[in-house]
Amino acid sequence: MNEKVLETEVDDELPSNKGSRLLESLKTNPFAIAGVSILLVVLICALFSPWLAPIDPHEQVLNRAMKPPMYEQDGKVFYLGTDHLGRDLLSRVIYGARVSLIVGISATGIAGSIGLFLGLISGYYGGVTDYIIMRMVDFVLSFPFILLALATIAILQPSLWLIVVLIAFRQWTIYARIVRGNVLAIRESEYVTSTRASGGSDFRIIFKHILPNVLSPIIVIASLYLGRLVVIESGLSFLGLGVPPPTPTWGGLLAEGRSYLYVSWWIVTFPGLAITITVLGANLVGDWLRNVLDPRLRAR
Amino acid sequence: MSGFLVRRLIQSVILLKCVLVFVFLLLHLSGDPARVMLPDDATEADIAQLRNEMGLDKPLFTQYVIYFKGALRGDFGESFGHGESAFKIVLEHMPATIQLASAAFIFSIIIGLPIGCIAAIKENTFYDQGVMAIAVIGQAIPDFWLGLMLILFFSVHLQWLPPFGYEQWIHLIMPMFTAAMFHTARLARLMRSEMLEVLRQDYIVTARSKGVSEIGVVFSHAMKNSSIPIVTVLGIDLALTLGGTVITETVFAWPGVGRLTVEAIHERDFPIVQAAVFLLASIFVVINFIVDILYVYLDPRIEYK
Repeated sequence: MNEKVLETEVDDELPSNKGSRLLESLKTNPFAIAGVSILLVVLICALFSPWLAPIDPHEQVLNRAMKPPMYEQDGKVFYLGTDHLGRDLLSRVIYGARVSLIVGISATGIAGSIGLFLGLISGYYGGVTDYIIMRMVDFVLSFPFILLALATIAILQPSLWLIVVLIAFRQWTIYARIVRGNVLAIRESEYVTSTRASGGSDFRIIFKHILPNVLSPIIVIASLYLGRLVVIESGLSFLGLGVPPPTPTWGGLLAEGRSYLYVSWWIVTFPGLAITITVLGANLVGDWLRNVLDPRLRAR
Repeated sequence: MSGFLVRRLIQSVILLKCVLVFVFLLLHLSGDPARVMLPDDATEADIAQLRNEMGLDKPLFTQYVIYFKGALRGDFGESFGHGESAFKIVLEHMPATIQLASAAFIFSIIIGLPIGCIAAIKENTFYDQGVMAIAVIGQAIPDFWLGLMLILFFSVHLQWLPPFGYEQWIHLIMPMFTAAMFHTARLARLMRSEMLEVLRQDYIVTARSKGVSEIGVVFSHAMKNSSIPIVTVLGIDLALTLGGTVITETVFAWPGVGRLTVEAIHERDFPIVQAAVFLLASIFVVINFIVDILYVYLDPRIEYK
């Protein structure tokens, strides 16, 4: 296995500009290329599912129920077979990418924005502001997430946006902690002190001088956690507490196929494979970005 | 140190109280708890009767005081489905969860730590790269899918292991492996990177140059110093495994608190949900508290101000 994935040291020979460094390191790292390719395929599936899915994912034809992969009927090929209602599994897996990515990207976006903002304020102002924000972080992190998510969904009824909000509610703390740590170091640096001395406002210092310097860890954390969010969303769907049917979700497909495990192995195999490959892709990209952009994060 | 302990203890108690408030407020967030608890076809008279029985017609604060006093005695009301004390039913399901979580936790330590350690010692060999490749994939496989694949392979195909059941040790194998996979893979990767970092330190070079054997270097010098981040992760893992066996228990129909909770959610049996969330959250808080104390013993340099 290529050591760039497993090892955590920065390659000193890479160019100093981050964009060029990323591109240069990508060329020589087959695992990063694999990760980026996987995520691109999933993204394309999610964006263009109506065009990519060979058959309507909701079309039920009972006389072709539970047919194995490569089954043919009326000139149509069911590459991954069909489910218990005769729906095309490949089309449903392609559509399933939508929910996983919407949840993963939206939750990351919301959590990243809140965490970034509160982390900046907390680190820059310190004192009471810092104390309150950090106690909020401790408080959220002290809860067992999955149980509280289950309890909340049980009472408020499952929906896509409730899941996004719940995940974001947990995730912002991770960003806030790391941004705060970075800001604490940056705010004492000479260029910040000199901007302050020359009359620069707090707003200007925070958003123009500090913010660009804490974006790298934010990107790294976002990519490292993307895979985990996909698993959380699928897990909730698997328990029947995710995005409700008829929307195809990978976890939902698995839950449906579970009852037919003994007779139709493909119904549970392919959606699970889709989740695993997506998570693997996200993890490989996360490892690569961390190694290039912020190797210190490994220890956190 | 004692000041830290007291402060940390107070923090834990506050957290537990917050959990109680959260569980109380959760039902009220939905608007009318009586309506949430009853089936959709319940009549207005049924709703009014339940509201009266549960004291939901009293002011919110009075309800909270009654609820809080009850919760302190472990009284979360009667389960709708079982007709018994909800807390008692949750407690009865606790041994199965503890059995599964502790088996998975011990498995991840016994397997994850040594393979990570050996991978670091044999850095860049075929063993190292092979094990780490498996660990990277192991971290990506979701537990619910892994469980189903194990059933498909070992129960349906090979017919070696029973897919469900609880009575014999053989029933524990697949659930344990499923619940442990992610943590084992993560521990192995973390152990390897921590060990590699420690093995590059000057004092290790000194120990080697003084003629200390490789086993001596690893066990008496490197192990303890790479253990602090490991203990952090282990503590988090133990708490997560206890709260996170929900999915494994559902896949293997394991009679633990996780499966009980999911079933209670589907049956709208909220006293059970409240009691289970409170109990597992309490265990989570207590484990975090114990882990914090452990740090002090492991690394006297850590200061608690």
